[in-house]
Amino acid sequence: MNAKARKYLRKLAFWLLVAVIVLFAVFPFYYAILTSFETGSALFDVNYLPESFSLINYVSVFKGQPFGHNIFNSIFVSFLVVALSLLLGVTASYALARVKFAGRGLLLVTILSVSMFPQVAVLSGMFELIRGLGLYNSMFGLAISYMMLTLPFTVWVLTAFMRDLPRELEEAAVMDGATPWIVIRRVFLPVMWPAMVTTGLLAFIAAWNEFLFALTFTLTDDKRTVPVAIALISGASQHEMPWGNIMAASVIVTLPLIVLVLIFQRRIVSGLTAGAVKG
Amino acid sequence: MADVVLKQVRKRFGPIETIHGVDLNIRDGEFCVFVGPSGCGKSTLLRLIAGLEDISDGELRIDGDIVNDTVPKDRGVAMVFQSYALYPHMSVFENMAFGLDLAKHSKDEQNARVMAAAKTLQLEELLDRKPKELSGGQRQRVAIGRAIVRKPRVFLFDEPLSNLDAALRVQMRIELAKLHEKLNTTMIYVTHDQVEAMTMADKIVVLRAGTVEQVGTPLELYHYPANMFVAGFIGSPKMNFIPAKITQVSQQSVTVQLESRKEVSLPVDGSGLATADRVTVGIRPEHCSIADQDTALFTGTVEVVEHLGEAGLVYIRTGSDELFVARVAGDTAIKTGETVGIQAAEQDCYVFDTADKTKRRLAVDNAPLKAQMALN
Repeated sequence: MNAKARKYLRKLAFWLLVAVIVLFAVFPFYYAILTSFETGSALFDVNYLPESFSLINYVSVFKGQPFGHNIFNSIFVSFLVVALSLLLGVTASYALARVKFAGRGLLLVTILSVSMFPQVAVLSGMFELIRGLGLYNSMFGLAISYMMLTLPFTVWVLTAFMRDLPRELEEAAVMDGATPWIVIRRVFLPVMWPAMVTTGLLAFIAAWNEFLFALTFTLTDDKRTVPVAIALISGASQHEMPWGNIMAASVIVTLPLIVLVLIFQRRIVSGLTAGAVKG
Repeated sequence: MADVVLKQVRKRFGPIETIHGVDLNIRDGEFCVFVGPSGCGKSTLLRLIAGLEDISDGELRIDGDIVNDTVPKDRGVAMVFQSYALYPHMSVFENMAFGLDLAKHSKDEQNARVMAAAKTLQLEELLDRKPKELSGGQRQRVAIGRAIVRKPRVFLFDEPLSNLDAALRVQMRIELAKLHEKLNTTMIYVTHDQVEAMTMADKIVVLRAGTVEQVGTPLELYHYPANMFVAGFIGSPKMNFIPAKITQVSQQSVTVQLESRKEVSLPVDGSGLATADRVTVGIRPEHCSIADQDTALFTGTVEVVEHLGEAGLVYIRTGSDELFVARVAGDTAIKTGETVGIQAAEQDCYVFDTADKTKRRLAVDNAPLKAQMALN
């Protein structure tokens, strides 16, 4: 009897812990959704269950500023960053994992060390670089600066993954007459899907949520990405904080991420455990 | 169809040389096996021929052309890897057609060649499967099929059977031998298993530490090993070596005194040897018999008896560090702890000089051996 009780207690404790974690992770988003449907003074009443329902915030967020344009910018930049990161990441990791050359280890460490600098530290230098390239206030400027955030982990994860691929697989392709590019494209890429989805998604999230570079390297409203646009949403007067609009905008920009994660959920899991399973 | 000729081929990895000037002549249509202990350089030598490693020095000719600097696909060689190395995301058909596709053969041609290979290897039912849905033996056959469709001049096998279980290995061994007979293409096969080498090869190349110890037919290596290393490597269980001292020597025979004080005259060419030289006598386990203690060459205490069914292996402590192994009848009554005498026919004994070189045996009489040697 005692043993049974203890077993139940242990189960209860486990689920209690899960509940706390879920609450901690989900509650802020839940509260944002709740607030986004409220208007007027209801915004400032604390309530945990839906009391009123109105889509007015979702409509007005598109009216006050070029929010549709901002969303497009975010999507464009994020996809560009993912595409460039994966292209450079895969080709670089092939060289770093498969081609023997002097200074390979040093190069890997250098790439990793890029991610050690805080964004603020490189901000002014990056600004000069972007302006020098004539990419100030442009989506391409943002995409290039985001590569600094995404490439180090992309290259590292893909290099580690590629190193684990059997060498004989590549050699078999070479015997079949494949050039390095064909080896990458037709043999490694299909095998590396899980790792690419994982790193690609992480790169997408990083680019989607980035704020500091986006704020600094853009000037006009129509070039801004969503995080900056949300931060700059202003009310009718100086003393009014348009919480409804901000919450509606936040919900809108979070949804794509949730959808992406749900779509690729299985791939991500298999990507994270990929090293353990042989192809 | 091509012969493969190596002239003073060397391979260096940085400052370390792993292949020390190998000369080799593999004839068209021959089944040649590289055999040796792990780390002897046999796989490296194969990879040099394949073009997966660069040759540091020397000359490699396939069908008369120097191919040192030719990329693998233009050498006309196909390779089967130890891990099979099938493309996991492609079906069996796509795996086999991949090389043809890269070589820009037409779809019809690809189809015809893959179907022909699938028929040879009994893979027709499996063409749509992915490698992970196949058993080990089937994967092996797909890997061989991938090599066949390219119609190479030379097949290279890198320990292809070592991942299979014992029963399947015997079966694949026979299938490979049949395949060789059917295709009649030059095949080079790497293994550490001397049984595979003995059963499949036309020509065996025994390697040790990056040098060729001996090249010959299976029976040549068995009956005329060039030195103690080859003598010990070919044959299972391995040959017994016992120290001896020469008491009488001529071109027709050598008389040695064993540690047991027993003297025996062996039909071996003794030129180069002198009385009182220290030599080693080699006796294969299968040539031993148990004898009375007074007529035996030497005696010892039985430590272990292994019953294999068709034969028994008796491990005998004779005073030296290594146990002496004798292969006896399967129904032997010998027990652990007994003292037994060992006898062997004089013509079955080998004599190695102080430099471990074998002295020529003069009384070998073996019909298949003569047939093999006549072929060469």
